[in-house]
Amino acid sequence: MPITLDKQKALETYELMKLIRLFEEECASQYMRGLIRGFLHLYIGEEAVAVGAISSLNEDDYIVSHYRDHGHALARKLDPNGIMAELMGKSTGVSGGRGGSMHLFDVSKGFMGGYAIVGGQLPIAVGLATSIDYLSEDRVVMCFFGDGAVNEGYFHESLNLASLWKLPVVFVLENNLYGMGSHIDRTHATGHNLYLSADEYNIPATQIDGMDVLAVMETAQPLIERTRSGGGPVLIEANTYRFVGHSMADPGNYRNILEIEEWKTKDPISKFVEHALSQNIFGLDDIAVIDESVKQVVRDAVEFAEQSEDPEVESMYREIHG
Amino acid sequence: MGKLTVRESISKGLYEAMDSNERCYLLGEDIGEYGGAYAVTKGFLDKYGEKRVRDMPIAESVIAGAAVGSAMGGLFPIVEIMTINFTLLAMDQIVNHAAKMRYMSNGQIQVPMILRTVTGGGGGLAATHSQNFEGWYANVPGLKVVTPSNPYDALGLMRSCIESKDPVIYVEHCLLYSVTGDVPEEYYNVPLGKSVVCREGQDVTIVTYGGMVSVCLEAADKLSEQGIEAEVIDLRSLRPLDIETSVKSVCKTGRAVVVEENWKTGGFGAEISSSLQENAFDYLESPIIRISGEEVPMPYSRKLESAAIPDASKVTITIKAMMEI
Repeated sequence: MPITLDKQKALETYELMKLIRLFEEECASQYMRGLIRGFLHLYIGEEAVAVGAISSLNEDDYIVSHYRDHGHALARKLDPNGIMAELMGKSTGVSGGRGGSMHLFDVSKGFMGGYAIVGGQLPIAVGLATSIDYLSEDRVVMCFFGDGAVNEGYFHESLNLASLWKLPVVFVLENNLYGMGSHIDRTHATGHNLYLSADEYNIPATQIDGMDVLAVMETAQPLIERTRSGGGPVLIEANTYRFVGHSMADPGNYRNILEIEEWKTKDPISKFVEHALSQNIFGLDDIAVIDESVKQVVRDAVEFAEQSEDPEVESMYREIHG
Repeated sequence: MGKLTVRESISKGLYEAMDSNERCYLLGEDIGEYGGAYAVTKGFLDKYGEKRVRDMPIAESVIAGAAVGSAMGGLFPIVEIMTINFTLLAMDQIVNHAAKMRYMSNGQIQVPMILRTVTGGGGGLAATHSQNFEGWYANVPGLKVVTPSNPYDALGLMRSCIESKDPVIYVEHCLLYSVTGDVPEEYYNVPLGKSVVCREGQDVTIVTYGGMVSVCLEAADKLSEQGIEAEVIDLRSLRPLDIETSVKSVCKTGRAVVVEENWKTGGFGAEISSSLQENAFDYLESPIIRISGEEVPMPYSRKLESAAIPDASKVTITIKAMMEI
């Protein structure tokens, strides 16, 4: 039974995906201006995964992300001003200008961090789930990771423990086919159907079209509820694709332009808009209103970030210890 | 005042942590049914049950990482990693995650946890099981590293670790578990970052920690018979580090010897030696000397292993030669 959204939920879904798209495009511009430094990994093309999965969570569920974390943070409705300020290293950033692009935190939203060591967030998610279980809380942890992380020992150790203890973890594997610049065929023994690894650990797992936000919701919602009601961990492999480089430093010489163009025909935002228009869920007028408002949100975020202060040098020594 | 072993002191500290905080739990390899590789947690499973005493898969990364995550979620994990050699498999979680969480989240997250582990050689376990990596962890801002050398400090430091809101590496030397000493019945603690003068003397200062403290005290007794009075300082914590007590002593004696079981190159003794010359150069009558383990992977043979680890005789001979300069 395909999922159907009412107009309000559909517009919100569109708005979040569009916000991520435009925010990320703006990040690229600010990087070229030199206002964002370091590594910058954009989520363009993968929006349906974050929005579909995160909008299926409750407000007090935990999210653990990776270094391509802007999309997850925006889908979780972290303040775009605070995210942009973080990317510009300002004191008003969500992590006080200490984390940058790869390390966004907002505990008030259950957003427990972006983690930049591939796979390092999986045991953290298992630990958070341990605390939920120990304290008999009504929460789940949603843990995002990429196809690259599947080759880390962390993946196997974490799936094993999560299943052994029947912990409330929703593992979301974003398979965008490339670990940085290496295609999965060159790094994984099978190169496909990564979700089957979960079977070895007795974890229910499924593979979905990560370019289809409705498919993500349709799959995520019952699996999240299964986990929430004590059914133990689950794993969702979302097949997706990044339309841009691994980071802004990516020479892009390892992907065929035809492959990129083919994936762009599956653009998750266009796909969702086509669906909504054809089903008369919302109209072009609605889209125009949202587009204008999202552009303003992004402009405001840049303005806020640019006008924010750098952290004081003395603040460098704070929060090393309690 | 009663006599306890180091093992009993650590256990006592763990019982106190478990009894005073429902959110405190233990996790590690074979800490429950087996009772712990060094028997520190023997009896805990029976008393507290499986929810609070968790036997783990042999998977050090997820042991450490699950501890970090559960601390973020409001628990107080006390982890046992069977030996410090195995912490290399957990090092990413310790260094890149536990140590960074409070800082990178700008104080939104705290990671109160204790990671107990076993350091040192002398047990005939050869190269992969006889190393001293506590100095590596002491290099990392965001971690605390303590190295008890006796039962009194083992309990006192554990009590301070329990009060810490940040990750602590609690380093137990493999040869100290059965060492006995006086431990007061009444409550006390040993603050983190406070070293102690465990023997007074005016001729030379010996700075050391952990398993080498008893070696240095033995050497000091021998030297005393020959008219040389050594002051022995036990660092107790490597981070935070109290260098002041050692500096004060060196200003008095004019000579310093730094003793560690670890390799010399890049070892923690180099940090001590350098800090002493930065702070007490004008008081030094001779160069600071480091006595360290031999720079070899630890050999198995008893004869070779003994030769690779500093002993009292080596300390005595070195100091006598130093005094003759």
